Amino acid sequence: MSADNALTRTHAAPGEPFVWLTAMGLAVGLLMVFGLLGIIVANGLPVFWPDRVVEAQLAPGVANPVPGGGSTVVGEVVQKRIKRVPILGPGGEVLADQTEVQFFIGNRDVYGATFAFVNNSDIKSLTEPPGIFRIERLEYGIAFGFPVALESAAGSIAADSPDFLSRLDKAVAAATARRGQIRHIEKIEIGRINARLNDLRVRDGDPAAMAALQADYDKLAARARELREEQKADIFVYRTPTGVERRLPVGEIVSYSLPNQMGFFARAALCAHNVWNFLSEEPREANTEGGIFPAIFGTFVMTLLMSLAVVPFGVVAAIYLREYAKQGFFVRSVRIAVNNLAGVPSIVFGVFGLGFFVYFVGGSIDRGLFSEYLPTPTFGTGGIFWASLTLALMTVPVVIVATEEAVAAVPRGMKEGSLSCGASKWQTIQRIVLPASLPGILTGMILAMARGAGEVAPLMLVGVVKLAPSLPVDGEFPFIHLERKFMHLGFYIYDLGFQSPDSEAAKPMVFATTLLLILLVVVLNLTAILIREKLRKKYALGAF
Amino acid sequence: MNPDPRPDFIQIRNFGFYYGSKQALFDITMDIPERQVTAFIGPSGCGKSTLLRNLNRMNDLIDDVRHEGDIIVNGQSIYDPHIEVISLRKRVGMVFQKSNPFPKSIYENVVYPLRVAGQNKKSALDETVERSLRGAALWDEVKDRLHESALGLSGGQMQRLCIARAIANRPEILLMDEPCSALDPIATIKVEELIMELKEEFTIVIVTHNMQQATRCSDRTAFFYLGKLIEYGETSTIFSKPSQKQTEDYITGRFG
Repeated sequence: MSADNALTRTHAAPGEPFVWLTAMGLAVGLLMVFGLLGIIVANGLPVFWPDRVVEAQLAPGVANPVPGGGSTVVGEVVQKRIKRVPILGPGGEVLADQTEVQFFIGNRDVYGATFAFVNNSDIKSLTEPPGIFRIERLEYGIAFGFPVALESAAGSIAADSPDFLSRLDKAVAAATARRGQIRHIEKIEIGRINARLNDLRVRDGDPAAMAALQADYDKLAARARELREEQKADIFVYRTPTGVERRLPVGEIVSYSLPNQMGFFARAALCAHNVWNFLSEEPREANTEGGIFPAIFGTFVMTLLMSLAVVPFGVVAAIYLREYAKQGFFVRSVRIAVNNLAGVPSIVFGVFGLGFFVYFVGGSIDRGLFSEYLPTPTFGTGGIFWASLTLALMTVPVVIVATEEAVAAVPRGMKEGSLSCGASKWQTIQRIVLPASLPGILTGMILAMARGAGEVAPLMLVGVVKLAPSLPVDGEFPFIHLERKFMHLGFYIYDLGFQSPDSEAAKPMVFATTLLLILLVVVLNLTAILIREKLRKKYALGAF
Repeated sequence: MNPDPRPDFIQIRNFGFYYGSKQALFDITMDIPERQVTAFIGPSGCGKSTLLRNLNRMNDLIDDVRHEGDIIVNGQSIYDPHIEVISLRKRVGMVFQKSNPFPKSIYENVVYPLRVAGQNKKSALDETVERSLRGAALWDEVKDRLHESALGLSGGQMQRLCIARAIANRPEILLMDEPCSALDPIATIKVEELIMELKEEFTIVIVTHNMQQATRCSDRTAFFYLGKLIEYGETSTIFSKPSQKQTEDYITGRFG
């Protein structure tokens, strides 16, 4: 029995509580990550799910926040929240918490506001008015209303006519097609002519060619004007819930839905449609409506350019530091300096990028190659190239450190094996060291991309804009326009949340955009991780 | 090939070697004969590996080392400033204690010395792969999977692959730094048999901790102790009637 006793644990092994301490550290970290993700997902996803439109019957004598609304408020319920001022009894004692309902009432052109706040206790009943339309317009955002008629050149058709909806669908589809045509003419065809005209003007080109181009331009402009007129031909007449009759050109309608008459699948389809539009469309209405495609694309292209710049540079520097430089005081100082560079506030890199890349390098390029365009700067102003280089500079320490570690982890025996075969040092690096440290290099790239893609502050100085007129990569020669300004998801979030005229209306978009930025970073990282796993299997060594 | 093996193919003359301020080798003078197996034995830290790694100047890679004296291979000093260390290493192949195949295919491992020398002709490479792998007694085991990763081989196969790689470029000298210390007895026997075959063609210098191995496969044996060459002669003489007390103590297992 005594032998058994010797093996029983009488007290905890020394240091046991520290296991709990480390576990707690992890738990706190996980809690924060999942809390943040939870908030973003919970707020971002419902943006796309179509809400029901409700009609709130107010108690008599309550002031209606909706002008001309009588005793009803019609809109989508955004949230309910507890007010700071509770319900008070006659003696001033607290009876209960007062909750307040926030309605999205739309019809900004009629009401002047988009939201209405009503105390929960003032609401007598909530109903879902059937047949109400939710109309997304090019201007003034969403309209809620009941259709009255569709007026066209061929005649008017009343809303209670059986083929009203099909006629409306047809008119909206035609208007959407025309809008695409107008866009094509104005952005691409006229844009191309403008670029050539500008070129000719700057270089004092042939006046005959210029006149010909001008004629083309006039023709296209006239066609665009014509199409715009057609957009106003059909009029959709509707009545707001407050009884005001409005006439809306069909060309102004982006889409419409009947939120109270949709089943689950119709709503799911609309949700998917909304998500797609969000991903693929351009923004409208000071970025609070429409999609964010240019921002996604800008972020993607910038991150890619940054990686292209940072990885070769960082890898070459790390290889020199680890393989060629004589390890001593100087190399140690360089290594410390590189590590410290990673701690410099990003805005400092922004200022450096602006001063060095944009004004000095860009200015020199302009004076040398694009002098005929001056004083309009080409490269001497912020652009996607300078932004990528600035971020590359900011993230290069990460790549250097990761590559150095990976290179150092290549077994000495393998290098000696290569050298003993008569390989030179460079051949050894190229054929043995670099392939074996590729997974580590990719780790550095992943970290650099994650940091670079989410960075905003330095970008504001070197080329990011609220609304870019064109994408940095398009079908026009030379296809990649490094000098162009671009949109970026991170800056978009900042601009939408804190600079837009109606931040309450923009809030859902902020969350949705944040979710997307995180997704984009995750997708970029996952791609790199997959490549790394493949390489790691191939080389089966390395500690990363 | 020279029909008469030269008894002084490698001449080591008053050779001393320093790691920083620490002297690792003291005034070594010895001749290593051509196309024979010479074993270096001695306790750990006695300098035998240091001397071996000087024969292909592998110690150049270490910072802050210096040497004195000279090593002459086939009539030419390896420290001659006109000699390129790369061409020296092409003449002196090396097999390491821990097998170090590259994370490439078996085929690419064997042809690596040719590739870095700029030889990319398929027929020449194929020919080398078969000859080297046959030379390393590995051909029959791997001929059907030449293009699979070398890292899938067993420990003994990996070491024989490294030998195949070391002889692919037909060096004159083959250095082996404890080539069997990480292998099981059967793989060890295979490598030892291989050494016996290879000495027909190559001058072999082998560092070993295993005295039986030295007696089994070497023609001459050198005993080192604390950086000095204590005794050097025919293997049979060294192991049967050593002239030095330290040698006798070591081979009878009284120290080391």
